Amino acid sequence: MDLLRFATAGSVDDGKSTLIGRLLYDTKSLFDDQLAAVEAVSAARGDEYTNLALLTDGLRAEREQGITIDVAYRYFATPRRKFIIADTPGHIQYTRNMVTGSSTADLALILVDARKALVEQSRRHAFLCSLLRVPHLVLCVNKMDLVGWSQSVFEEIADEFASFAAKLEAPDLTAIPVSALHGDNIVSRSANMPWYEGQSLLHHLERVHIASDRNLVDVRFPVQYVIRPQSTRYPDYRGYAGQVASGILKPGDEVMVLPSGFTSRIASIETADGPVPQAFPPMSVTIRLTDELDISRGDLICRPNNAPAAAQDIDAMVCWMDETRPLAVGGRYAIKHTTRSARAIVRDLQYRLDINTLHRDEHATGLALNEIGRVRLRTTIPLLADEYRRNRTTGGFVVIDETTNRTVGAGMILEAA
Amino acid sequence: MVAAPAYRVSHLEALEAESIFVLREVIAEFARPVLLFSGGKDSIVMLRLAEKAFWPAPIPIPVMHVDTGHNFAEVLAFRDQRVDELSVPLVVASVSEALDAGLVHEPADGSRNRIQTPVLLAAVEKYRFDALFGGARRDEEKARAKERVFSFRDEFGQWDPKNQRPELWALYNGRIHPGESIRVFPLSNWTELDVWHYIAREGLALPSIYYAHDREVVQRDGMLYAVHEFFRTRPHERPFVARVRYRTVGDASCTAAVRSTADTVAKVIEEVAATRITERGATRGDDRVSEAAMEDRKREGYF
Repeated sequence: MDLLRFATAGSVDDGKSTLIGRLLYDTKSLFDDQLAAVEAVSAARGDEYTNLALLTDGLRAEREQGITIDVAYRYFATPRRKFIIADTPGHIQYTRNMVTGSSTADLALILVDARKALVEQSRRHAFLCSLLRVPHLVLCVNKMDLVGWSQSVFEEIADEFASFAAKLEAPDLTAIPVSALHGDNIVSRSANMPWYEGQSLLHHLERVHIASDRNLVDVRFPVQYVIRPQSTRYPDYRGYAGQVASGILKPGDEVMVLPSGFTSRIASIETADGPVPQAFPPMSVTIRLTDELDISRGDLICRPNNAPAAAQDIDAMVCWMDETRPLAVGGRYAIKHTTRSARAIVRDLQYRLDINTLHRDEHATGLALNEIGRVRLRTTIPLLADEYRRNRTTGGFVVIDETTNRTVGAGMILEAA
Repeated sequence: MVAAPAYRVSHLEALEAESIFVLREVIAEFARPVLLFSGGKDSIVMLRLAEKAFWPAPIPIPVMHVDTGHNFAEVLAFRDQRVDELSVPLVVASVSEALDAGLVHEPADGSRNRIQTPVLLAAVEKYRFDALFGGARRDEEKARAKERVFSFRDEFGQWDPKNQRPELWALYNGRIHPGESIRVFPLSNWTELDVWHYIAREGLALPSIYYAHDREVVQRDGMLYAVHEFFRTRPHERPFVARVRYRTVGDASCTAAVRSTADTVAKVIEEVAATRITERGATRGDDRVSEAAMEDRKREGYF
């Protein structure tokens, strides 16, 4: 059994909560006491139906205001896969939450209401998924029961979405006509839409091929922690602990350590369960080298002929996440990139992107909450970086305000030099 | 090209790798972390992950238990034994001592659940802990489903659910000012069933009360509470013997048992997979206070 992380985007109106509730219920991941609690609260509030949004709206403020504020994580499993859902609110004022939920997603599920055709919101969701390089996209055209299970309605929406997505270098795209309320095409194929020849949503989620989404080519191992027991049993042990970001490492491989540029060979790859013959993402391992080198947290192990840039000039798309102060040219921030921390100054804001129209505003002077723009940064120490499109781990960073310590931005590297 | 299926890990291995990453991040970035260890199954799994994360070095931080004085004796014995085996320092923050010192007062209902919080916070201040590992999981409870892996607490130990730091990729922001701290939840993405599968895989020992045994209980609010020195039975409540086990382990005063014949790990996994009631819903009186009981306690600085 493997693990699939997916993000859902859409608003309550699109039937997103109903869809999640349906997936949880039909996979027996929704428990009787949870359902009873939701039914009781729904009844007390005078809702006409059991409001499944209450399942994921876990905070007092969310239930009081009837809105989803933050990302909620939900879990379910089938015999084939374990699933982690990052359920994100869909409105534009929650762009940062959607960016957050998408950052680790293998797949994004975008919901549209069959009666409304494509709205600005769906385009925005598609854009954000492509920005975050979510490898698989599923468009669920929901409420098919309310359009008479019409094939032409479905195809019109799916075609329009596909042509929009094509402009975004969007990844693998699948469109499924569903009725979350009645369960059509959720777990099993719908008898109401015999014209639909594809799989049900759950069938697709269980089988979508994610193994090759990982980058197994570029060896990148950010050193997290140096293990030195200095005990009588392990007097000279020195191992470099971390999680493989990409590539495959094997004992005997020649490796290079950045930023020093020294080379060595992998003596062994170890775990508490014993040595392993190879390490690949997402394994957490400890690497030992044949030579004594000065390596510390924030360094990176790669191959001599395939290394990331060691760069202080970084061009990146930045999504701003702070409501108190906008990103400004000349601003100084802390950066966390892999296991490395640096400081950075914003040299230039090349443009701000309108995430609904994709129009570039080159006269913008700052990025406010939920705004996205292309930014040039100069860092105090080199970042060991790849383009985000090639590597989500060595290509992503967060921006931290040094006075408040809040995480104020998320960056996706376009160019590092 | 090499065939892809060779480079795959199971969901349990992926969860383990993620948790080990989180544990190492904290040890690398914080000055005085501590791991909260109650002798319950989640903290036993977390301690095992810490053991694996730093192997062959010993676990580099102390563990702490907030002892309400109302714990099951089997669990305390297990706690001490496990800490001995691993030779990690144990800090006990004692609610009974705090009551004697007047820091907290015995609540009228006899449950010390809520007064654990000031005792925990006093210990954090005394030992100047800046990061506290907790075994909480997001599948346990709806407020926890919204909490970050690195959960910021202000100088009063309070959680502000509306002002959480965005958490992207595996980039955890652990920056704090003096007096503030971070609660870290390495098991955030694990479910109850994952925990049991891992216990089976690692061959982890658990306190005996997690497995089916005969126990004298009373029925209250649809739940079975052990007749215990720290549990006040009411006059109309008739004790009877039932075959039960504990799904969660907390205070004897607010943790209920469930009817069960599962006396092995394999049988517990079967039982958990088939159950229709959540773990806390089946066993925790403390969550039943209100719709937002957990959120309210967490705001005050609860685990």
